[in-house]
Amino acid sequence: MSPVDDSVKGMAERVKTGQISAQSLVSSCFQYIRQVEPKVHALLAHDEELAMEKARALDRLPLSERRELRLAGIPLVVKDNLVTEDLDTTAGSRILEGFRSPYTASVVKRAEEQGAIVVAKSNLDEFGMGSSTEHSVYGPTMNPWDFSRVPGGSSGGSAAAVAAGMAPLALGSDTGGSIRQPAAFCGIVGIKPTYGRVSRYGLIAYASSLDQVGPLARTVEDTALLLQVISGHDPLDATSAQMPVPDYLAQLDRPLQGLRVGVPREYFGDGIDANVKMVVEDVLERLKQEGVSMVEIDMPHTQYAVAAYYLLAPAEASSNLSRFDGVRYGLRVPAGDLRTLYQRTRAQGMGDEVRRRVLLGTHVLSAGYYDQYYVRAQKVRALIRRDFERAFEQVDLVVTPSAPELPFALGSRADDPMKMYLSDICTVTANLAGLPALSVPAGFESGLPVGIQWIGPAWSEDLLLRVGRMVERVVVRPPWPKL
Amino acid sequence: MPYQVVVGLEVHVELKTKTKLFCQCANAFGSEPNTHTCPVCLAMPGALPVLNQAAVELAVKAGIALQCTIHCHSKFDRKQYFYPDLPKAYQISQYDLPFAEWGHVNIVADGQRKQVRIRRIHMEEDAGKLNHLGQSLEQSEGSLVDLNRAGVPLIEIVSEPDMTSADEARRYLTELRAVLSYLDVSDLRMEEGSMRCDANVSLKPEDYTGSLEDLPRVEVKNVNSIRNVGRAIEYEIERQSERLAQGQRIIKETRGFDDARGRTYSQRSKEEANDYRYFPEPDLPPLVLDSSWLARLQAALPMLPDAWRERLESLGLSANEIEVLVQDPSQIQFLQEAMEMTTEVRALTRWMLADMLRLLNERGLSFAQSPVRPAQLVELLNFIADGRISGRMAKEILENMFVSGESAGQLVDRLGMAQISDDAVLRGQVAEVIAEHGKVVDDYHSGKERALGFLVGQVMKRTRGQASPEVVNRLLKEALGSSVS
Repeated sequence: MSPVDDSVKGMAERVKTGQISAQSLVSSCFQYIRQVEPKVHALLAHDEELAMEKARALDRLPLSERRELRLAGIPLVVKDNLVTEDLDTTAGSRILEGFRSPYTASVVKRAEEQGAIVVAKSNLDEFGMGSSTEHSVYGPTMNPWDFSRVPGGSSGGSAAAVAAGMAPLALGSDTGGSIRQPAAFCGIVGIKPTYGRVSRYGLIAYASSLDQVGPLARTVEDTALLLQVISGHDPLDATSAQMPVPDYLAQLDRPLQGLRVGVPREYFGDGIDANVKMVVEDVLERLKQEGVSMVEIDMPHTQYAVAAYYLLAPAEASSNLSRFDGVRYGLRVPAGDLRTLYQRTRAQGMGDEVRRRVLLGTHVLSAGYYDQYYVRAQKVRALIRRDFERAFEQVDLVVTPSAPELPFALGSRADDPMKMYLSDICTVTANLAGLPALSVPAGFESGLPVGIQWIGPAWSEDLLLRVGRMVERVVVRPPWPKL
Repeated sequence: MPYQVVVGLEVHVELKTKTKLFCQCANAFGSEPNTHTCPVCLAMPGALPVLNQAAVELAVKAGIALQCTIHCHSKFDRKQYFYPDLPKAYQISQYDLPFAEWGHVNIVADGQRKQVRIRRIHMEEDAGKLNHLGQSLEQSEGSLVDLNRAGVPLIEIVSEPDMTSADEARRYLTELRAVLSYLDVSDLRMEEGSMRCDANVSLKPEDYTGSLEDLPRVEVKNVNSIRNVGRAIEYEIERQSERLAQGQRIIKETRGFDDARGRTYSQRSKEEANDYRYFPEPDLPPLVLDSSWLARLQAALPMLPDAWRERLESLGLSANEIEVLVQDPSQIQFLQEAMEMTTEVRALTRWMLADMLRLLNERGLSFAQSPVRPAQLVELLNFIADGRISGRMAKEILENMFVSGESAGQLVDRLGMAQISDDAVLRGQVAEVIAEHGKVVDDYHSGKERALGFLVGQVMKRTRGQASPEVVNRLLKEALGSSVS
């Protein structure tokens, strides 16, 4: 049985006071992982001995020190595009098979400093490029609610691990929805923070201007706790903001009065699965009864968001992934000359979807195409940002489905990248605008989870979490899947 | 057909910061390979650049000193190409919004003052180095990558194509280096690569009316001294004129310079040039400079060569003296300190450029390293001005100051070198010399000017050089005058 219960705060409290030891918590986690991991395949590198050693060290700390740790002994799963000194980091790619980073990502360090114990790295679409976790060279991850379906992506391993109960907390990254869509598909909570809220130092960059690290957890409270720990300025990331971090947990249950929520028509129209729409609208109906007012709004540039995203993200990716050249680390396919070495290494080291995006991005930035593609996409990005600014003049938050569909069947989109790209239709706008967005479970349809997404103004994570808490109260959640 | 020579220069200058442009690694030349590296400059996965503010300060100083407009808003871009010395496979540089534009450097060419305009200055990071194994590049058995230099801060100073000869190019570089040397922003050592120059050379037919940009341009890369930049340009002018004379066209290309043979050679044709796919660097926020910070930086800038030229000219120095002085900021620094203690600037510069310079050169020292400090030189010169010692004694004393480190005052005492300028003491000597050399006295009276010099020399000899020549001169004239009447 999973050792994970629904309150990380409670678990950490028991470790702090010595009611349970970190060792027993970590050990039972691994025991459970051994049992369910073969069915879910959420995880990549893990080292039980090392994790146990860290748990032992934590248990040996004097009570006075242990009591200060917000995540004392809490097992944590880390998406495998966050580098770690203790465990290999592959980004789901052959080109980094067996790669060991000389340093640890800032977010992981912060979590560890608060007593979290990294039990495993989690599976992902290669370099974060995908919406199903099928594009991992280490094989796909299964949705714990239905093994024949995808867990979403690219943080599918993190989402599935939390939903399966392998760990109560996971770190993911979100470039176009990679935390929120898998959180929705796996029936858990995930937040993409405001751009600059969380350090990207040690996150293997996919699209630097869109990437943010964020937490995935079973409840809003757990999510808030991990977000609290990883937020704040990092001198090693020039794009991380010097903004003070509010106390998310303390705010959580403050009542929300007179909340005005914008319901953009563009997110409830064509392309959104009728069942998904029904579940989400049902939640909105219940929130109305709680006194939340719903305002229909227009966000006219939404229709261009996916196109702009699939120009900008690959453009940045083509540049960010250039460092994987076989010279200093990772895979090197030897050749008689330099150019061939580059070509062979990158052709053999990167999967189809990654090469597709690198080629696309290279094209987008090429002389003669830059203005037509990159510059125009940046204009769309500015317009989308303006859509949100206008919306927030009228409403406090915007609500949408987290994904346009229910978790789809494994392999069903393998040959249709365009259809796959449309999975991001609800989520990419928040990345393009740099805004925080939270996905919380909205309910179930045919036994499959549906998520509802809340997008707020910059630095409104506290408000999003409070709304998420409210949604938790009005949504009836079934028991976690028995694996 | 006659042609006009068109030369533009791109100069890379490494900034003298403690650490690299985007990480905390030491910015140091000549260490063991790959000892100044970290995840950032090795481009390890997940590493991010953070801008070194000290580098910004040095770069902006250079921009102000080169009379540029400094932009308070600029940004960084990625210049992308694959090469093993470029770990990220892109160089962080500034593309369409450099931090500085529209400056200039004044040169004197053919006796005329001329302005060479600077189009732009941008900040960027240096690449690493490849060390090829084996006898030659063609027969190389392998290459070793050294990334100590990767990420070292650079500024690239791009001139307008305003120079019309190799000589102007040399003068531009000399003046550019002089200006930068006053700021202490770089070592400016071309042989170590802390200053590097690429020369763009083209020939413009006299009747050509199109844009200079459209002329087929040859870029000679990485020439390692100012002299060689001149040689490379001269060679290119000759080579291109010959081709044109033979009816051949000039190919737009990049060439190297072979120092030993004094020739340029083709490296690659620009017609197959890279597409660098520049785009804004998303890992760095735009570079925003505070205008009051800029004003403070401007105010704190030292006096630059042109201002010194004006000042020294107004003090009556010759053009030659001025040029020698302003080329070396340590001389100017020395002069400036000394000028705070004396008004005898002419004497000061004469002594600096003659005896001081000789004594320093003999020891391989610069003015900055001189054991004789400005105050000590001024003390010595004051002794001459007071008549306590003669110029010749001063030379001897200065040599001794270099050797023993004693002050002029100490040496005058120790060597017993005080000058005799007491009329009463010298009158006796003068009388004796006149008495002994009746024939010479006659010569003097018959109008032979040289006779007086001989008599002065005799008095000097009797006093072992300590007599004041001026006083002896006066006393002799008095004595001889009276003996006639």
